[in-house]
Amino acid sequence: MNVTITLNGGQVSHDVEPRRLLVHYIREDAGLTGTHWGCDTSNCGACVVLMDGKPVKSCTILAAMCEGHEIRTVESLETDGKLDPVQEGFYEKHALQCGFCTPGMLMTARALLDENPDPTEAEIRTAISGGICRCTGYKNIVAAVRWAAEHQEAAHGHR
Amino acid sequence: MQTPAPFEYERATSVDGAIASLERLGPEARVIAGGHSLLPMMKLRLAQPEHLIDINDLHELAYIREEGAMIRIGALTRHVDLLKSDLLAKHFPLFRDAEQVIADPVVRNRGTIGGSLCQADAAEDLSAVCSAAKAHVMIRGSGGEREVDMADFHVGPYMTAVGAGELLTEVRLPLFSGAGSAHEKVERRAGDWAIAAASAGVWIEGGKLRQVGIALSAVGLTTIHLTRAEDLLRGQAPSEELFAQAREIAADDCSPSADGRGPVDYKRHLAGVLTERALRRATERALRREATA
Repeated sequence: MNVTITLNGGQVSHDVEPRRLLVHYIREDAGLTGTHWGCDTSNCGACVVLMDGKPVKSCTILAAMCEGHEIRTVESLETDGKLDPVQEGFYEKHALQCGFCTPGMLMTARALLDENPDPTEAEIRTAISGGICRCTGYKNIVAAVRWAAEHQEAAHGHR
Repeated sequence: MQTPAPFEYERATSVDGAIASLERLGPEARVIAGGHSLLPMMKLRLAQPEHLIDINDLHELAYIREEGAMIRIGALTRHVDLLKSDLLAKHFPLFRDAEQVIADPVVRNRGTIGGSLCQADAAEDLSAVCSAAKAHVMIRGSGGEREVDMADFHVGPYMTAVGAGELLTEVRLPLFSGAGSAHEKVERRAGDWAIAAASAGVWIEGGKLRQVGIALSAVGLTTIHLTRAEDLLRGQAPSEELFAQAREIAADDCSPSADGRGPVDYKRHLAGVLTERALRRATERALRREATA
């Protein structure tokens, strides 16, 4: 079946089986490999993307269910060579080690700050509780999201 | 890679259309809403429907409103909206208790109340919540609509009163005075299944428990309705002695199995303690509301 979705602001259209999961549609059909495919069971959160602005686990949504919806992936965070404040925050606070959970963490953090620009540490921890960092670098991830909250207009673009 | 077996997909554009498709396609068709229980089961071949009917466009089934002395919740209402609803938290605070600990915030953006109830997983929270709240559900088929009491909704593990060619459309929570409720759960980590959970609803009138609802999650093959404890408490003045008796009944009447989350005696102990705590908190809430009313 043909599935057309709005991906990072542009229309993409591919012929896929109805059982095609969104994560594979993004990575293999649309060729955007920034979204990571992790546990396959909606536990780890590496595959989180935004669907109509809300974070969702793309391993547990069919691509067909996204027809007519807007999907945003980690590739959309950087604009005109400028990093999103959450990306800057991850750089400043050393919030990634192996980097596998990072795309999901970044998108979850972006959605949190869009809804709540000044979250407390507890609110950040709740928001990212659907993501697993097996390097266990949560402390720095929380610090990075706080950094982004304090530098919302930053997006220096110096990297 | 975990991928479901092949199936045909269609998107419903109306409730009647979804019901017509279910009727036409027969027992190998399944409704998909949030998909966060069904798709994992399909990946593991525990479910292998030949047709999926996507009801996510049926926005008319997504609402929480007070109408006719009841709270009405549309089947497509998502966990995140149940969590955030002040109307629901005011009348049935056990929903917010439960929603704070159902899966994780990202999953809560997709999962729905209708899907949770129809999945009828014994470890799922909302079945116990709705049972304790003395909810009724509306089930629609091509021949019309019927109302089913939560006490009659679960007919076996993963099996409900929703029949072939039918769709669960609404959850109804009757409003009575003196209400208080609470949900208590113990889980190992965010997103894991409960080790045990207990839901309690009480309705206090003239210092006595006019009505009581108690149900348990994750300690049996289905959601456990603690009718023996409900019968004991009904008509009595709430007291610590009564709650302790309910604790013992909960530990006796559940039927947990040993697994990685704990042995049987631990789960029985937990079911009892959580029942007692839920009853105590539900009662405190009912009395506090009465005092401020």
